[in-house]
Amino acid sequence: MIPELGHYALMLAFGLALIQGTMPIVGTRTKDPVLMSVAAPVALAQFAFVAIAFLALAECYVASDFSVLNVFENSNSQMPLIYRLTSVWGNHEGSMMLWISILAFFGALVAAFGNNLPVVLKANALAVQGWIAAAFELFILMTSNPFLRIPDAPFEGRDLNPILQDPGLAFHPPMLYLGYVGFSIAFSFAIAALLEGRIDAAWARWVRPWVLVAWMCLTLGIAGGSYWSYYELGWGGFWFWDPVENASLMPWLAGTALLHSAVVMEKRAALKVWTILLAILTFSLSLMGTFLVRSGVLTSVHAFAVDPRRGIFILAILVLFIGGALSLYAWRAPLLKQGGLFAPISREGALVFNNLFLTSACATVLVGTLYPLALQALTGEKISVGPPFFDSTFGPLFVPLMLVMPFGPLMGWKRGDLLGAAQRLFAAAMLSAVAIAATFALVRGGPVLAPFGVGVAVFVMMGAATDIAERTMILRLPFRAAARRAIGLPRSAWGTAFAHFGIGVTLLGIIGVTAWGSERIAAIKPGQSLTISHYRVTFDGTFNRAGPNYQDIVGHFTVRRPNGQFVGVLEPSHRTFPARDMAVTEAALMSRGVSQIYVSLGDPNPDGSVAVRLYYKPHVLMIWLGAVFMFFGGGLSLSDRRLRIGAPRPAKTRAALQAAE
Amino acid sequence: MKYLHAVVILIALVAPTALWAVEPSEMLSNPVLEARARALSKELRCMVCQNESIDESAAPLAHDIRVLVRRRLVAGDSDQQVINFLVARYGEFILLKPPLSWNTVALWGMPPAVLLIGIVMIVVVLRRRGTQLAAEQATNLSASEEARLAQLLHGGDSR
Repeated sequence: MIPELGHYALMLAFGLALIQGTMPIVGTRTKDPVLMSVAAPVALAQFAFVAIAFLALAECYVASDFSVLNVFENSNSQMPLIYRLTSVWGNHEGSMMLWISILAFFGALVAAFGNNLPVVLKANALAVQGWIAAAFELFILMTSNPFLRIPDAPFEGRDLNPILQDPGLAFHPPMLYLGYVGFSIAFSFAIAALLEGRIDAAWARWVRPWVLVAWMCLTLGIAGGSYWSYYELGWGGFWFWDPVENASLMPWLAGTALLHSAVVMEKRAALKVWTILLAILTFSLSLMGTFLVRSGVLTSVHAFAVDPRRGIFILAILVLFIGGALSLYAWRAPLLKQGGLFAPISREGALVFNNLFLTSACATVLVGTLYPLALQALTGEKISVGPPFFDSTFGPLFVPLMLVMPFGPLMGWKRGDLLGAAQRLFAAAMLSAVAIAATFALVRGGPVLAPFGVGVAVFVMMGAATDIAERTMILRLPFRAAARRAIGLPRSAWGTAFAHFGIGVTLLGIIGVTAWGSERIAAIKPGQSLTISHYRVTFDGTFNRAGPNYQDIVGHFTVRRPNGQFVGVLEPSHRTFPARDMAVTEAALMSRGVSQIYVSLGDPNPDGSVAVRLYYKPHVLMIWLGAVFMFFGGGLSLSDRRLRIGAPRPAKTRAALQAAE
Repeated sequence: MKYLHAVVILIALVAPTALWAVEPSEMLSNPVLEARARALSKELRCMVCQNESIDESAAPLAHDIRVLVRRRLVAGDSDQQVINFLVARYGEFILLKPPLSWNTVALWGMPPAVLLIGIVMIVVVLRRRGTQLAAEQATNLSASEEARLAQLLHGGDSR
């Protein structure tokens, strides 16, 4: 009964999405306020029904209803409740349900809290949301229905893929989707602006909070996924330039560019047309990411043949939305009025620089990801584009961005003082030089360029600190006065500083672990030790341990200082899941400050020895700590007064329409 | 079969699939050769995996190629000779960093091309907008306003 209820609710939601996508548009065309005002309540109702469908599916998982095919294939009654819940989105159908739930949720937020929006803009934007929702709901109903039943209900389910039985699954996909789908709001507003044919600085003010939320979630989602693969993989890699990762990185890069160009648009009414294009591109990249991951086209070209309907359906959605949006852009954008003028050396100029390099980096990732597919389709030749390619193209594009980043916030709008900014960054540059020299002097080994990388990271971090120091005048005023100034600073200024600081932190972590990380791989017997960095790790032996739905062979390791001082215990395991006859390695990690000792266990050998991989990962936690800084900075910006109180209404409000709402 | 499962399963998320990559038994006792083998391994694709290098992959094929690389190194091959040998055997598909050729010109050329096009576009737009606006304003502004504008644009303190 519950699955049927969910299925029915999903169909109703589809119907409502169609209404949401048509009525308000007709209303804005015919200037009918009643039709326009349909948008908000329908968006709320659509969300309600999508939520019912999602909860129905979740209930099937919680109750282990194996008469539902999707539950049978991806769950098991032995799994702990948290994994039964998270396995709702640990499969294709369920993750699409999560996708539309978040989409409808964002639509409902706009409907509920968008009271200060102009009526026409709101109606059009919600209508565009309705189109997206309708397309994906139809996709689920036609090709990926999670509510299908099996005639003879099996007694037990097939279990969730062991790799996914991890707290990471509770966190990573929802955050990632909040990011992906959050950008749909910017997209809808961009299309709405194009439909209406007018756009002003206030547009950026309405859209920016949504972009910020999406960007924050995407940042944390990517970082969470990276940490997950780091500890789950068994050798501590944190980024692989895997197409699936690239699919999430591209919207992040475009979204970061959008975030910055929207600032220019809001403050200076410039870059309007470009911001609209970025809003379209960012969500298009999110859609493309969904397509690449969901269609299976990247894993193997044959995945299309296995279930061609899914791939072709999403491809159709992709072509329709991206093609449609870009055509509309090409047609309407020339009508939009251009705004403010600025000198190349100015805050705007710095932000244009940011946009130039971020979009170039994004294009690089895009080309690198799709090139092998395109080449094979066109010529039949198979090539691989892997991490070495991205390292040698993406890196050079990011270095100038890092070097210019501290200058941006120190420049004035419209016309900046490059020399003055450079003077104010003198201390940061000196500290960075000291860091380079100290790294050369104190750290042995590693690539020659690594200390310079440290220098760049320190420059970025100190640059962010300089911005705050300059604004609060902490070095020139007495402390109390400076503290008052610090409290009085706009929160967005703090947000900028924190986010930029976070970039430096992440960079430092990446450089530290790639340049100076060390590893030992050996087969050792109980009683033997391995020495890594300044720790001695002794293998004490293995024992068996039973989990709820798995068996562990646990290795017991003791970490000591070279002088014998006890530091801690590491217990990596080799985990077997009988339901799927699969095994995974569960690495053990020990944090020492921001560095980690990492050990994972291989198969035992006949002679009693066990293969062990032991790593020392210096500064590795900074990679994700930086993302937390970025998230926090985004949150501060979000709480800024000018976003909280909303935008003032444009001078010529359409009084009649406002009244009708 | 166990490995094959781990490799073939398609997971929607950024989820790893490897069980174990480089094994102790494969490793060479000569640390210099071993280091070269590891560096080479990072540039070579495991061809049955999804975008994994043989250094990361647990697939049997990756194991075989790792052993092969080490055998060639022990036999005295240079890094380039090992790569040539593998490309002759498996094709360029095995290289994670595709060499520059007619097939990959667009790939390698794209990043600088995008950057260059971006710069040109910005310059062109700025120039055109600059002259446009100046022309517009020249007709609309009074003399004193123009003087103020000139001051703002050319060196006045506008902050």
